[in-house]
Amino acid sequence: MKFLKFLIILVFIFNTAYSNENRSELINKISKNIRCLICQGQSVYDSNSDFALSVKLVIGKKIDQGDSEKEIYEFLEKKYGEWITYDPAFNKKTFILWTLPILLFLIGGAIIFRKVNVQK
Amino acid sequence: MKNKFILPSLIIFFTFCFIIFYNSLENSNSYIPKDDFDTKLPIFNSKDFFSKKEISSQDLFVDNDYYILNIWASWCAPCRKEHPELMKLSKNSSIKIIGINYKDNLKNAKKFLNDLGNPYSTILIDDDGTISIELGAYGVPETFIINKQNKIIQKFRGALNTESIEKINLILK
Repeated sequence: MKFLKFLIILVFIFNTAYSNENRSELINKISKNIRCLICQGQSVYDSNSDFALSVKLVIGKKIDQGDSEKEIYEFLEKKYGEWITYDPAFNKKTFILWTLPILLFLIGGAIIFRKVNVQK
Repeated sequence: MKNKFILPSLIIFFTFCFIIFYNSLENSNSYIPKDDFDTKLPIFNSKDFFSKKEISSQDLFVDNDYYILNIWASWCAPCRKEHPELMKLSKNSSIKIIGINYKDNLKNAKKFLNDLGNPYSTILIDDDGTISIELGAYGVPETFIINKQNKIIQKFRGALNTESIEKINLILK
């Protein structure tokens, strides 16, 4: 009986420690993808500004409430605009950013293809 | 044939780069979030500054036509600067000014109010800054105008100035 109690306590401790580790890992992961608006150029994870510290707390609270990673990003984008995440969405303002590399790759590829074919 | 193709494409490429960089010269590097008006005020719970009683925002924004929600702290210099404007606004009986005391030392905050006056009908404590994040604020001071339907209809970042007071008075008319 004593052994059973000991085992239950042990499982409980390990379980709590594991879930806490998961929680802080998720907070770190999300805060690395969020820009700090006060010290621009740094992520919320890197920054120790009041804003960044509060955002980290909010992320923790949202995780405790059962919000998914995607929901947390959506919440912050709704409050501060999509610039807050390091992953710009494809829209009117960002289409050059997304299409230019592909376009340059295709043009470059076409030039190389032509050159190789001409040499043959 | 080779030169005919390379030269125009180089010119086009550099003109394109030039236009992009030239246009960016005047743009500010710092990002200011776009103000999204007509958003519903989030529901939040906090403690009253004086009585330390638990208060929900749902019980606070009830009967008035307009509310001014002001985030402040005693350590913030622009808050000290805008305080006389808030004192003037507090004389207007058609609005209620709700304060959110942001990451402050309560002793210093009380001294701040004793020295400069208390324009707030209620003050809530935001000691970890999470309420301000829920409101979409990112610094102090910030001021929100909230209407009867609990919608944020105007937002002012930084200290209130004559221009923002004029805007507020226009809304209250």
